[in-house]
Amino acid sequence: MTRSVLLAFSALVLLFVYAPLALVVLNSFNTSRTFEWPPPGFTTKWWSAAVDSEGARNAIVVSLEVALVATVIALVLGTMAALALQRFRFFGRDTVSLLIILPIALPGVVTGIALANAFLTMFGIELGMLTLVVSHATFCIVTVFNNAIARLRRLGGNLEEASMDLGAGTFRTFWSVTLPMMRSALLAGALLSFALSFDEIIVTTFTAGQGIQTLPIWIYQNLFRPNQAPVVNVVAAALIVLSIVPIWLSQKLAGTDESVAAAR
Amino acid sequence: MALRAGVLHRRPRLRLGLLLGPPMLWLGVLYLGSLAALFITSLWSVDAFGGNIERIWTLDNYRDLFTIDVYRTITVRTLLIAAAVTIIDAVLAFPVALYMAKVASPRLQRILVIAVLTPLWASYLVKAYAWRGMFASGGPLDAVGLSPGYGLAATVLTLSYLWLPYMILPMYAGLERLPNSLIEASADLGAGTGTTMRRVVLPVLFPAAVAGSIFTFSLTLGDYIAVKIVGGANQMLGNVVYDSFLTGNNLPFAAAVATIPVAAMLVYLTAVRRTGALDSL
Repeated sequence: MTRSVLLAFSALVLLFVYAPLALVVLNSFNTSRTFEWPPPGFTTKWWSAAVDSEGARNAIVVSLEVALVATVIALVLGTMAALALQRFRFFGRDTVSLLIILPIALPGVVTGIALANAFLTMFGIELGMLTLVVSHATFCIVTVFNNAIARLRRLGGNLEEASMDLGAGTFRTFWSVTLPMMRSALLAGALLSFALSFDEIIVTTFTAGQGIQTLPIWIYQNLFRPNQAPVVNVVAAALIVLSIVPIWLSQKLAGTDESVAAAR
Repeated sequence: MALRAGVLHRRPRLRLGLLLGPPMLWLGVLYLGSLAALFITSLWSVDAFGGNIERIWTLDNYRDLFTIDVYRTITVRTLLIAAAVTIIDAVLAFPVALYMAKVASPRLQRILVIAVLTPLWASYLVKAYAWRGMFASGGPLDAVGLSPGYGLAATVLTLSYLWLPYMILPMYAGLERLPNSLIEASADLGAGTGTTMRRVVLPVLFPAAVAGSIFTFSLTLGDYIAVKIVGGANQMLGNVVYDSFLTGNNLPFAAAVATIPVAAMLVYLTAVRRTGALDSL
């Protein structure tokens, strides 16, 4: 009895989760420019219009660039922080781990305006590509860190000690022993970081300045324009379909348990 | 090279310093410094004409924030929306997490975890946009007479939708750690479903729910895009921050408004510290 109620409720929640996404995909084929419901007919003309949209194409390139650079920075800093926190005991260790999650624990507007204010009033830097990438890297570090530290915790230090005993130095041990064992966790973290950056809009609106249009910014700016609505809808539908790729990859890389941990 | 590696090997403190230095420079100096600078800026003012910052100490921004009615209304509204979203998510997430962790077969469990995780990867903006389509006049909800239209109800629902996985996942992780034998033992000892829920499941569930609520609460406090997309003309704190920053050209006031969600989160985090939920983050 309880079981079937739970099952029915879970099914309803999943319906609640997927119905809006299905609507976007369905509407991308809707012949009606204003998304009449039920759709009067189906067409693929919006998809070809979207492929030809130069604004969307440029925005995708910008988003890919930002996500790539931010992820590389996050990979380096997140791995270093994870090694420091997992392999050493030191005063202030808890504060450091709190500091790493702070950029995602604090509301997005706070991180956004704090960084924008620092760039503008403290450093006197114009908002642009540099400030955007720095901001994205700041909140991406935690995703790499979480994956890396979970893996390090499981590995323990025995193999590294063995490597050192056999005469390998610090760098040699890291390069030949630690890094290969961390590889899949780092890839999963990088993937999450990439997706996080690619998708981010709130911090972006504060730190990108006027000239730079990432894909979320492009969608947001065209969202309220009726004549752009079908193209925006196609881009949204494409993003929904594409979001299956990272989840599939991360399942391959890490297995269910670690991807649960990573998403938190 | 060999010499340097040798030095590093013999001096763990140096190794720690080199490892921790760059991330701390980034997060401790740049990020924490930015937060401190934000607070300092909130104590400055702008000149009446150009929006240039004048570095004169003043509490005017905070006085405006507390005395002008519209800001008080927006603050209370934002906190209420955050509370409502958190409660709705907890109520929706609990049965799903329980089913996933304790009832479903291992195979179905894997599928459900993926089903819950997949929307986390879908773009935030796309999800908010999806609800704009659901609530649109002439849209599917309207067609069956169930659409509340663009407004606060739509905002609460959309935000609950956006952050729901953040509540399901910690609850699921918490319940998964609860051994089935404990539930069976409780039933064997004569407890009904209700008593088992209250005495066995709830103590595990509560810290997990608190961990999830940190995300639902914080993310809602900082959101200003969803309310723009489905909220009609309503404003939340984030809108005030963004508008003062960009259109109002008043960075100090924007900074002062931004300290409200920080203060709210600090109060919230201090309150939940006692539950031990922070350890499971």
